[in-house]
Formats: sequence, C-alpha cells, structure tokens
Amino acid sequence: MTRTGDNRARLIALYTTMCRIRAFEETALAAHKAGEIPGPLHVSIGQEAVAAGICLNLRRDDRITSNHRGHGHALAKGAGVSGMMEELFGRAGGHCRGKGGSMHIADFSVGMLGANGVVAGGIPIAVGAAQGLKMMGSDAIVACFFGDGAINRGPFLEGLNWAALYRLPVLFVCEDNGVAAFTATASVTAGPGVAARAESLGVPCLSVDGNNAAAVDAAASRLVAEIRGGGGPQLLHATTYRITGHTSSDPAAWRDPTDVEAARAAEPIGRLRARLAEEGVSLAELDALLGDAQAEMSAARAAALTAPWPDPAVAWEDVQDSGAVQGAA
Amino acid sequence: MAEITLVEAARRAAQQEMRRDPSIWVLGEDVARGGLFGQYRGFLEEFGEGRIVSTPISESVIMGAGLGAALVGTRPIIEMRIFDFVMCAMDELVNQVAKVRYMFGGQARPAVVIRMPHGIWRNSAAQHSQMLESWFTHIPGLVVVVPSTPADTAGLLVSALRSDDPVLFFDPKNLFPLTGEVPEVIAPIPFGQARRSRMGDDLTIVTWSAIVPQVEEAAATLAARGISADLLDLRTLWPWDEEAVVASVARTGRLLVVHEAVTTGGFGAEVVSRVIERLGPAALKAVARLGQPRVPVPFAPPLEDALKVDAAKVVAAAEALVRA
Repeated sequence: MTRTGDNRARLIALYTTMCRIRAFEETALAAHKAGEIPGPLHVSIGQEAVAAGICLNLRRDDRITSNHRGHGHALAKGAGVSGMMEELFGRAGGHCRGKGGSMHIADFSVGMLGANGVVAGGIPIAVGAAQGLKMMGSDAIVACFFGDGAINRGPFLEGLNWAALYRLPVLFVCEDNGVAAFTATASVTAGPGVAARAESLGVPCLSVDGNNAAAVDAAASRLVAEIRGGGGPQLLHATTYRITGHTSSDPAAWRDPTDVEAARAAEPIGRLRARLAEEGVSLAELDALLGDAQAEMSAARAAALTAPWPDPAVAWEDVQDSGAVQGAA
Repeated sequence: MAEITLVEAARRAAQQEMRRDPSIWVLGEDVARGGLFGQYRGFLEEFGEGRIVSTPISESVIMGAGLGAALVGTRPIIEMRIFDFVMCAMDELVNQVAKVRYMFGGQARPAVVIRMPHGIWRNSAAQHSQMLESWFTHIPGLVVVVPSTPADTAGLLVSALRSDDPVLFFDPKNLFPLTGEVPEVIAPIPFGQARRSRMGDDLTIVTWSAIVPQVEEAAATLAARGISADLLDLRTLWPWDEEAVVASVARTGRLLVVHEAVTTGGFGAEVVSRVIERLGPAALKAVARLGQPRVPVPFAPPLEDALKVDAAKVVAAAEALVRA
C-alpha cells in the first residue's frame, strides 16, 4: 500500500470509530427518552474526534481512565458494544453486571479502568496505574481523559506534579469543551488556563484542534511514542464543543443558538467526511460506514431491551471478601 | 518469642510480607527515611527506592495513586502519616477505593492497605488526635482494623497484606512504645475474631485500639474490688466478632462499651444495638457506653485529661453498671 493509502486507511479508521461513538450515543439518547435507560446519561456528541484520535494510538495493554462522559473513550479503546449497551440498560450482561451504569462503565479486559462520576477523579488513579506499570517493567502507558472543568480541582495539580516528579508514562488529555457542567469554564478559571498550569509543573502541553480527528491522531502519535520511550508525562489540550446538554435531561436551551449553529458546522464527523470526499472516497462508502454503525447500535439496543435483568442476589455480590455481607440470604 | 515494641512489631510484619511478596510496596510522606514513627526503618536500604516511595504532601494522589497501582496488579501500603490527613483524600478513599470492586461488577480488586496512626498522642490537639474509626465501618467495601497489642498489630498487618480487600489499618500511635511478645515468624490473625483479655461473669466490657491498656488496668482494679469483667478487645470493627460479644452478654447480662472516640455515633452504638437486637432488651440488666464527650480534643494537658477516657472513668462506669 502507498503512504497515501496508509493515510486514507487511518482516516477511515478514525471516521469509523467516530461514527460508532455517535451512533451509540444517539441510540442511547433515544432509548433514554423512550424510558428504556434509567438514570442520568452524559453524552459526548461533537467530541468524538478526541477519543478516536487518542485511542487509535494505544495498544490493548495500555490503560485509560475516563470521566462521566466516557462512552466514546470506552468504545474507542475497544470495549464491547453489547456489554456497554446492556450496562446502560442495567442488564445482567453489562460490563459491570448492571451495577455501574453509564457513569461507571469499565472494561478491564481492554485496559479501560473506568469512567468516573467525580470530576478529576480519574487523574490520581491514572498516575498510580502508570506508576505500577513502570514498577513492573512494562512499557504500557496510561491515557487520562478529563474535561476543562477538572483543571480547577486539586487532584489535577497534585496529579500532574506527581507524574512529572516520577517521570510517569501518562498522556493527560484535556477535552476542553468550554463548559464545566452549566458554567462557562473561562468565567470560573483564573490565569491563562490548562497549558500554563501544566507547563508550570514541568508537564509539556501541546494544543490541538480537538474537532480535527486527523490532527488529534497526529499529535497523539507523536506524544504516545515519546511517553512510551520514557520521556515522562505530557498533556494534550484538545479544544472541542459539546453539542448536547450536560445530561440527557438538559436541553441546553441556555446556550447562544449562534454558537451551537457554528459548532454544528465544525463538528468532527462532518469535517472528516468532507476531507475523505475530497480525497476521493465515495459518499456511498462513507454513508455505508455510518449506516453500519447505526445498524450495529440499533441491534445492540434491541438486544439490551430484551436481555435479562440481574438476579437480585447479585446486589450482595462483590462487596468484599472479609466478613459476611449484611442482609445477604 | 521476642519482647518488642508495637511499632517494631508493625515494622517486622511489613518487612516479613515485603520479603515474601515483591508486589508489595510503600508510598507516603517520609517513608524512605523510615516513616514518622520509624515503622519503615531500614526499608529503603533493604527494598530500595523502587518499593519505598517518599511522596509529596499530596494526600489525594497518595490514596488515588495507590488505588491505580493496585488496579494494574501491585499491592501498595498507603501510608497516611497521621490519620487526620485522610480527610484530604476522602474522595479517593470513599468514592473510589471503596467502590471500584462493586461498581465495576467485580472486575477490580483494590488490594491496598491504608495505614493511619490515630488517636490522642502527646497533646497534639484537635487535628492530630481524632478517632473516627466508626465513620469507616459505615462504608461497604472497607475492612476496619484497630489493634492494641504488639502481637495483634503484627498478625493483623500480615492478614491485611494478604487480603484482596482494601484494609484500613488504624495504628494506635499512643501505644507504639508498648512492649509485648511477638513470634519470630508472624502468622496472620483472621479479621473478625475478638481477643478475650480477661474472663469474668459480672459484666462484659467491649473495647478496642489505644484505650485497651487503660481498660485492662481498670479490669484489674475491679477484680481487686470483687467485680469480675469479661473483657473483649474486638481488634477489627468490620468485620467484628458479634458472636463473641453476644455470647458474653448472654452470660453476664451487663454490657459496657469503651472507646476513645466520641461516644455519640461511635461504634459502641452499633455494638449495643446489635446485642439488643440479638438478645432482646429483657436479656440486659444494664448497658452503658463510655467515650469522649462530643467535644474536639483540646491542647492543654488539664483540658485533654478532663475529656479523655482513663482507667478511673472505666472503673466508675463499670461499678455503676454492676450496681444498676
């Protein structure tokens, strides 16, 4: 294959992953609206390029930690779709046997060490996983996803200092969608922001257009190689836009509609589609990739809807080994 | 058998297990220089800086990094320096360490031992003297260990380091100089088994951790006055030896729970409740709890002494209970 062909295959891999993430989350939103999925659902529609671009550069034995908006990270790292969809539905076949739900999806078999319901909660875990891997002589690395809201929490400061101090193999990924829940992050953040904070702690920071999947991929390719080579932690600052609200129950009507329209025009799947079309990939092929993703997720939804609920006895399992579990039959 | 201090017993137990299992390592402030109390003395020389990691004063990441390292297969000892500092790592402990196994459907085994020297010690005042062990019994997923003798400290620490559960190990820091016999090869002591310190028929006294020597002194005084106490040191609060306590109270009919912690909301409330639930209120002739009043620990010695539990207070409480 030519270099051009390699590049095109890589772009198609990014496109495919992004379509699968988008289709998964749109399907989940529809299922949530239909009352099939209980609890809160935080989707990352518009942010797919970051997950896709980073994880394309990770090995299976590399680890990731994620946040409350983690479906894309899990899918891009290779988590099984049926296990994810069933987990959202609270069914027995979910990755967490129905005990975690959307906010706590984990698939340790592919190195996905867990989404997290606490902002910045994954940062200390990521640096510790990297420390453990380094201690065991592995060359696996850890990618740690968090949002711009996390940079105002203490564990961000403590974790970056720690990773730099011990030269740990961590790629910190700040998905900067500009909003911390319902508040513009800039309105609650002093100083010049994440890059300056990282660099003040000795963690080099690279900024990238997080809606350009090819650019994220290129940046991640370089950073992952440097980190795996023992160069110490780095931070990728990826600017993006969360097209939907904070949760499934937030219509985000508080936003300026012109901002949302601009963001829709700049969303990453459409941009990569235009680029691939320019490079000669037929629209029919691109439509087929999206259609396949939608069909895959629709089938997962239908299967999850009829999948068995967990046996109530499972509620008493996996608490701890020591001592009897209270109330267990 | 050698007569050694409690802190030396803890040191030897950790050393024995680190020699046995290369996946065990230590992280915390000042551990490479032996730890604040010498509980890791000589470890840097023996195990090297790869396994004895002195850290920044970053409690959130000390706790969270210990968890992350456990999730990839190592077995960290997370040293909190002084118990009160764990409050800076509550998210990592309560929302992360205690939850990951359950929340992820059994995919995670957070095999960490979190060491937290607690209790009143050398007039250290309100932020260095607390006993909040009851908080952690309330959190599913955690093991709560509260030893009071050198032998128990050693044996329970060995169990902790072989457990796949996250274990909160409350070193009784005021008892670090206490001496006792500890075997050369330290065998694990199972969680959930109380130690009967004294046999008696007139009342049951249940206690744990740093206050135990005071309670034992009180029991000797009571014996000299003709009152025989059945004295149980619980050693672990989750799991705890409900069977031993219930059997004792069924025999004596009188229950006194003594802890250094504040009485209100202390684990004594749980002990009394479970005994009443199991035996029925009619089985108890008298019941009482003795702990600190619901006041922060003050600095000045006369103020601290006024509030803290001591042998004389235990004797008075026991005599009142037997007269009741």
